[in-house]
Amino acid sequence: MSKFRKDDSKELPEVSTASLPDIVFMLLFFFMSTTTMREVTLNVKIALPQATELSKLEKKSLVSYIYVGTPQPQFQKMFGTEPRIQLNDQFAEVSDIPDFITSERQAHNEAEVPQMITSLKVDEYTKMGIVTDIKQELRKISALHINYSSRKRVK
Amino acid sequence: MGSKKKVPGIPSSSLADIAFLLLIFFLVSTTMDVDSGLERKLPPMPPEEQEDTPPIKERNVFVVLVNAKNQLLVEGELTRVEDLRDKAKNFMANPDDDATLPEKKMVDVPYFGEVPVTKGIISLRNDVGTQYKMYIAVQNELVGAINDLREDLSKQKFGRSFNSLNLEHKKAIQEIYPSRISEAEPKRVGDK
Repeated sequence: MSKFRKDDSKELPEVSTASLPDIVFMLLFFFMSTTTMREVTLNVKIALPQATELSKLEKKSLVSYIYVGTPQPQFQKMFGTEPRIQLNDQFAEVSDIPDFITSERQAHNEAEVPQMITSLKVDEYTKMGIVTDIKQELRKISALHINYSSRKRVK
Repeated sequence: MGSKKKVPGIPSSSLADIAFLLLIFFLVSTTMDVDSGLERKLPPMPPEEQEDTPPIKERNVFVVLVNAKNQLLVEGELTRVEDLRDKAKNFMANPDDDATLPEKKMVDVPYFGEVPVTKGIISLRNDVGTQYKMYIAVQNELVGAINDLREDLSKQKFGRSFNSLNLEHKKAIQEIYPSRISEAEPKRVGDK
């Protein structure tokens, strides 16, 4: 019987960790390719309203965002506590919206312009007055395709 | 001096650590949220000199009013948001051909043949002081009502969900249940 047992005190070989970097790199590349960096820092507080009939925004590069909400605490001294509009990284007025949309359009191919969507990220406690003003400006510059950003309602 | 000196290999044991560091950075900075929301089309600006549009019969208009206190008035009745969807569905479908609900017009729709199509229009008017939350809730119910009707028709006709239909089938159903939600300019009553 002991013919086959040559070495009784054989230790288990350690698990090789040579492939660990490969595994980690795989994960790394996955996250690198799926990640979308936040482009703007929000200067306004936004709690999105809830809805059920949602549709997804497909092409993110074709979406321009308009944020509306009360300024963050550090900006409240300058801008007050009433809801304000934020375009890109700074506070803006309703009258700045046409310029913003025009510059967004110029950044894209002419063929893509009709597919562009404006996403309104508006805080749920905002009054409709400011939203209506924004909508009027968008109509004037015929950026008619809009999306009221909202969260899925949990039943 | 003929001694052959071996160049020591660069230790690669720290490679994993570096990769981990990068991995953790991307894990933290990543945002996986998918942007979603209610999709709407705004009406184009009316031309400068507009001819008078033919008047729309009262029975064809579904009037939804929201005031500054977030109360809902549907066709002259105080309504809860929960009941709005059923009312809107009943209005758009008009299953019993009620004389107070919208008229229908026979239209030739591909795949369906001659079918009655409603002439109904939903008119939504909010106040300047209405809360955005309420506005979205109302919009959601109205969009939902039309989506429900389309879904029902799709199940009945094609035996499949509306979203899984091909473009032509979708168009046919959209023709029968058009998404006609008109938004009037808000009244400035409850400002602030």
